[in-house]
Amino acid sequence: MLEISNLHVSIGDQTILKGIDLTVKPGEVHAIMGPNGSGKSTLSHVLAGREGYEVIEGSVRYEGKDLLGLSPEARAHAGIFLGFQYPVEIPGVNNMYFLKAAINARRKANGLKELDAFDFIQMAKKKAGLVGLDESLLQRAVNEGFSGGEKKRNEIFQMAVLEPQLAILDETDSGLDIDALRIVAEGVNALRDPERAVILVTHYQRLLDYIVPDYVHVLSDGRIVRSGGRELALTLEEKGYGWLKEAAAT
Amino acid sequence: MPSSSEDLQSHLRKDYEHGFTTDVESDTLPPGLDEDVIRHISHMKHEPDFLLEWRLEAYRHWLTQREPNWAKLNIDPIDYQAISYYSAPKTSKDGPKSLDEVDPKLLETYEKLGIPLEERAALAGVAVDAVFDSVSVATTFKDKLSKEGIIFCPFSEAVQNHPELVQRYLGSVVPTTDNYFASLNSAVFTDGSFVYIPKGVRCPMELSTYFRINAANTGQFERTLIIAEAGSYVSYLEGCTAPQRDENQLHAAVVELVALEDAEIKYSTVQNWYPGDENGVGGIYNFVTKRGDCRGDNSKISWTQVETGSAITWKYPSCLLRGDNSVGEFHSIAVTNHHQQADTGTKMVHLGKNTRSTIVSKGISAGQAQNAYRGLVHMGKNASSARNHTRCDSLLMGDRCGAHTFPYMEVKNPSARVEHEATTSRIGEDQLFYCRQRGISEEDAVSMIVNGFCKEVFRELPMEFAVEAQNLLALSLEGSIG
Repeated sequence: MLEISNLHVSIGDQTILKGIDLTVKPGEVHAIMGPNGSGKSTLSHVLAGREGYEVIEGSVRYEGKDLLGLSPEARAHAGIFLGFQYPVEIPGVNNMYFLKAAINARRKANGLKELDAFDFIQMAKKKAGLVGLDESLLQRAVNEGFSGGEKKRNEIFQMAVLEPQLAILDETDSGLDIDALRIVAEGVNALRDPERAVILVTHYQRLLDYIVPDYVHVLSDGRIVRSGGRELALTLEEKGYGWLKEAAAT
Repeated sequence: MPSSSEDLQSHLRKDYEHGFTTDVESDTLPPGLDEDVIRHISHMKHEPDFLLEWRLEAYRHWLTQREPNWAKLNIDPIDYQAISYYSAPKTSKDGPKSLDEVDPKLLETYEKLGIPLEERAALAGVAVDAVFDSVSVATTFKDKLSKEGIIFCPFSEAVQNHPELVQRYLGSVVPTTDNYFASLNSAVFTDGSFVYIPKGVRCPMELSTYFRINAANTGQFERTLIIAEAGSYVSYLEGCTAPQRDENQLHAAVVELVALEDAEIKYSTVQNWYPGDENGVGGIYNFVTKRGDCRGDNSKISWTQVETGSAITWKYPSCLLRGDNSVGEFHSIAVTNHHQQADTGTKMVHLGKNTRSTIVSKGISAGQAQNAYRGLVHMGKNASSARNHTRCDSLLMGDRCGAHTFPYMEVKNPSARVEHEATTSRIGEDQLFYCRQRGISEEDAVSMIVNGFCKEVFRELPMEFAVEAQNLLALSLEGSIG
């Protein structure tokens, strides 16, 4: 589904990613861990098509096609979803209106009939229940005045509505208390599907207690320095990121 | 991240859609202004003597005045002698009696603007008094209105048929000496709209006028007078578009509203005059004096404006809250793009007891435009328990534009209360990327964010106007991609 090979990315004259290789297949959950500044968020943003990054080398193929040439909206239409670390507020724009525009833009791009208001509301309410989002938030402006936890839950709700093929969740656990974390994790688990891949970008192991990944990759200084199963995350938790640097040095 | 900022800028570059001229022969006075020109205008319009005298008085006062220079605007010098002060489209001598008699080219122009007169009037229940250049050519729904005793007609017609009303109210809100542009307008105005709502009558439909400037080098001097007698109500809509051209065009309109006891006037404007091209060449100078007089107790006047056009806007729709318990409102969206400049706002002058006013101003700047809010709240010494709430929000798009807020407050009564809130925000790449990541195109995202920002004001517009206003806003800020 997703093949990243030898990806080098810079911002300005600073090289952030220095040769990433990663293959993700449908149904898989990959966790990408790493210390601050290791390039985790850069990777998420580059995959979603954020401007301001320069790909200097390497390629990303998504469902067999070159991904890097596509606009952010074209990637969204192709089924890529980014859960934001800091979801953005859009004052005055109703949450439901926003999502309806999003889903219909995607349906239109894929030659499907647009959903009418009635069908959309039915579906959205169901999904809100699935991720434990208070229905009153549906009628508020996008993320405006939401608590940190509500914003993150709203991201998972949007993901549930948009049903992406590839979901990239960037530090979805940051700023969440343990109850909110559990609810968000349950939402993600409910959306696990043999056709859907998830990339979890996280600093801490604790999210992985609730969303059990198939693979764990450790990013350090722009490279994946180690890959493994679930147990790699536990080792990291125990020994800290310093352990990897020592391991790399020897 | 310069690349995306440039992208944003490229979306803001969109040609003015209404840039076309209609090829209609005009009967135009040669450029220049003196007392003879004013006499000529008055004579051509068969005006009564009092009006000619009034004009001349205004003209003589104008000669003693100087252009205001306190606004945050850069204005190229205007040569008032290079302007032609009268232009009338050549149609049949007595003027058309129905749409069939209207020059088909005119109708075509309205088509292009998306305002088919007959359909619009019939479907939306709107009476349209369409002003083409300076002479009104089509008026509809007059019969229905006249059954209620409502007068809605071109100003020049009111001068002929209701001179006593004109004489009584004209200049009673905006005197001939008020300001430079108001004096000029008083001297040379050619036409406009006149509305009279009798005592206790609720006007059964929204009254609508479309203004359009069309002949080259013709200054446009509209005069509008709306009188709402005790206990009456009227909602008046004004919308403008203009064809593309190179010369700067001066537009100095005057609008006067009079609300007597318990009366309410709602005045809504969508203004989309040619703003000049990307490099700031051409475009309309919009120097307008709009003022409402809440003359009676418990009266109410609300101004709602969506300003997207003009190269330069100088406009402060105001309320004189004379009657006790009277209410003034000002809801404004001002959009400036490219090299547009706007210095706009309001004056709320509280004179009566327990008077209340609300000001909501939304300024949007893009390109290299400058957008200023300038507002005065005056609490007179008799305005006990008067209240004002002002909210001023500015939205910046890109990093080369500016937003400025100049609130003035004069409080002479200790029991009066004045509140002012202001915010400035930037349309972020963050917001745009967020929308695009969800699959919404950049163009739709800009439109969505801007409309969200302006929501409070759109809510104040009559339904049929709100949709049009949102389209206009999208049109002035977006470009087609690719």
